[in-house]
Amino acid sequence: MVPVSYYLVVSAIMFSIGAMGVLIRRNALVVFMSVELMLNAGNLAFVAFARMHNTFSGQLFVFFVMTVAAAEVAVGLALIVTIFRTKNSINLDQMNSLKG
Amino acid sequence: MTMDMFVFLILALVAVGSAVGLLISRNGIYAALNLVLNFMTVAIFYLLLGAPFIALSQVTVYAGAIMVLFLFVIMLLGADKLAPTSVLSYQRVSAYVLGGLLLAEIGYWIWRGALTGVITPPPADFNLMSNIQEMSMLLFSQYLLPFEVTSILLLAAMIGAIVLTIKQKGGRD
Repeated sequence: MVPVSYYLVVSAIMFSIGAMGVLIRRNALVVFMSVELMLNAGNLAFVAFARMHNTFSGQLFVFFVMTVAAAEVAVGLALIVTIFRTKNSINLDQMNSLKG
Repeated sequence: MTMDMFVFLILALVAVGSAVGLLISRNGIYAALNLVLNFMTVAIFYLLLGAPFIALSQVTVYAGAIMVLFLFVIMLLGADKLAPTSVLSYQRVSAYVLGGLLLAEIGYWIWRGALTGVITPPPADFNLMSNIQEMSMLLFSQYLLPFEVTSILLLAAMIGAIVLTIKQKGGRD
């Protein structure tokens, strides 16, 4: 069988790539997708640990993280659409003023 | 090499490859499709880990609902292509360095923690229905309060999205 640490390594690589995406990309939508990737990596670690300890609590926590991610995407995409209406761009470097 | 390890290695390769594809693709649509592929491989990881309910939720909620919303917004804004302009020239290099440091740090703690616990195979009578039954028993007894709070969170998100995108009276966009 596959050891738990292998899953954790995949999860760590995915999380780091997501963090790099947040730092490198300037497209607000792609940055947002990178945040989703990081959440997903955390979920993978949760399920791996739940399997290691033979408990269902980790799986339930993933369930809650999924609902939080869905809420976050709904509000975040609404924000991006509103910013695009006023600035006509979703480049993060141009969002440097608090008052539109 | 056992069959499990073989499947795991191929899936890990696809997962990391699609994550890198998300990072480097210049087109927003390609980035979204790479992320869908990544979500699918993670769903199969969940199946291997004996969590079929979470795997199916992953496919419907993440790869279905959330990514459709993303693609919808990408096409609505017509923002699929963006010139790679950056104000800070050193930002890319420092981002790679810091990301590499983060990975090294996490890897060090995984290695240091010696988390080599082998995952036991699921019991012989394991099936989808028993998994859902166990999870729902736990969800509606021990985790009842977080479950109820989740409903308030989803309601707040729904109202927030409507309030944010509603057009001002008299404003013509």
